[in-house]
Amino acid sequence: MERIPVLRMGSLLLITIQVDMHDKLALQLQDDVTERISEWGSTGVLIDISSLEIVDSFIGRMLANIAGMSRVLGAETVVVGMQPAVAITLVELGMSLTGVRTALSVEAGMELLYGNAFTGSEDEQRTEA
Amino acid sequence: MNDLAEIISQNEDKLRSEWIRTMSSAVERADLMSKAELDEQCGSLLKEIVDGVKTSGPENLGGAGWNGTRELLSAISASRARQGFSPTDVATFVLSLKQPLFVLIREKMGKNPDLLFDTVWSSTRLLDSLALITTEAYTSTREELIMRQQQELLELSTPVVKLWDGILALPIIGTLDSARTQVVMESLLQAVVATNSRYAIIDITGVPTVDTLVAQHLLKTITAARLMGAECIISGVRPQIAQTIVHLGINLEDVITKAKLSDAFALALQRSGRAVVKTAAAAAANPLSQLFGKREE
Repeated sequence: MERIPVLRMGSLLLITIQVDMHDKLALQLQDDVTERISEWGSTGVLIDISSLEIVDSFIGRMLANIAGMSRVLGAETVVVGMQPAVAITLVELGMSLTGVRTALSVEAGMELLYGNAFTGSEDEQRTEA
Repeated sequence: MNDLAEIISQNEDKLRSEWIRTMSSAVERADLMSKAELDEQCGSLLKEIVDGVKTSGPENLGGAGWNGTRELLSAISASRARQGFSPTDVATFVLSLKQPLFVLIREKMGKNPDLLFDTVWSSTRLLDSLALITTEAYTSTREELIMRQQQELLELSTPVVKLWDGILALPIIGTLDSARTQVVMESLLQAVVATNSRYAIIDITGVPTVDTLVAQHLLKTITAARLMGAECIISGVRPQIAQTIVHLGINLEDVITKAKLSDAFALALQRSGRAVVKTAAAAAANPLSQLFGKREE
């Protein structure tokens, strides 16, 4: 069965979505992420959606859900590389994904997560003030 | 009704000079076009009218015989609209043919009142319809002009400027409506991707009024930028606009707002871990700056 791989990078989980998301795949991903976080004790989840070109309200909610679930399990989620068209679509759908942190690139996202891990909450205040 | 065509074609030169004289006394636009050009236009229009009356009759303006007249009139009106003539000038061009034509008709048919009346009536209707054609062509040319300018304005008014590595500025001039927000949003987000910028400053100094709709459009843009991982700062909020925002109860609490673009830029620099410092050379060149340096900061 088709599956989105969840990679482990130290204390982080790295998820790169490179296929068209359909609903079943999204639900499977939710299961995988939550399971991996509790199994490996990850503190951060990085979701790269730079290849995602089509988005609907379900996928938007799924992203928010993964972030929410990860937070409950003690991991911070960063969504990186959203395309302009995807961002506009989500806004037009009325989904602002509050609570999900975002970054321009994988690099910036890593910085955000590692900054959190090493310097505590200082970086978080900087970006959310 | 070929009498009308005959009268016009037989006295063409006289009619033309009288026409131009009448027109000149009503509207003189020597600044916009030369006498020779006007003369030529009048001559070719008279020929077309004769042609139209002969083939389709003065009543049937939709007929094939009038195609030439309609095309010529539309072309003349369109070129006049572009040259800057007023609608009155353009309509007068055709309507001022009435007087010299009626004088001619009276000379020829003065002895037969019934025929005189019929001919005058049909030629009046004819010239009125022709004048309507010119007005229509004039208006549509003007509308095209306005549409094109609107389009150009839309493209002109949304530049995205790179202020520093990772800092963009988007000065918005004019009112933000839905169509413009779309353009602004798209160009900002494209620029964020292209320049990999973490901070975007939206400057609304040039936005005359901010109502709930404009604020909503701004918030949409900011949310979209946030989704991509860029942070937006609104700058250029004038005192009047700050008052309006509070009175309307618009919630801008999640958005960073600054009074001036420079304040926003300073904040963006600070957040990206940069600082602006005075060089030693500048301080040495102006000893006073050492005294006041601290205060300026």
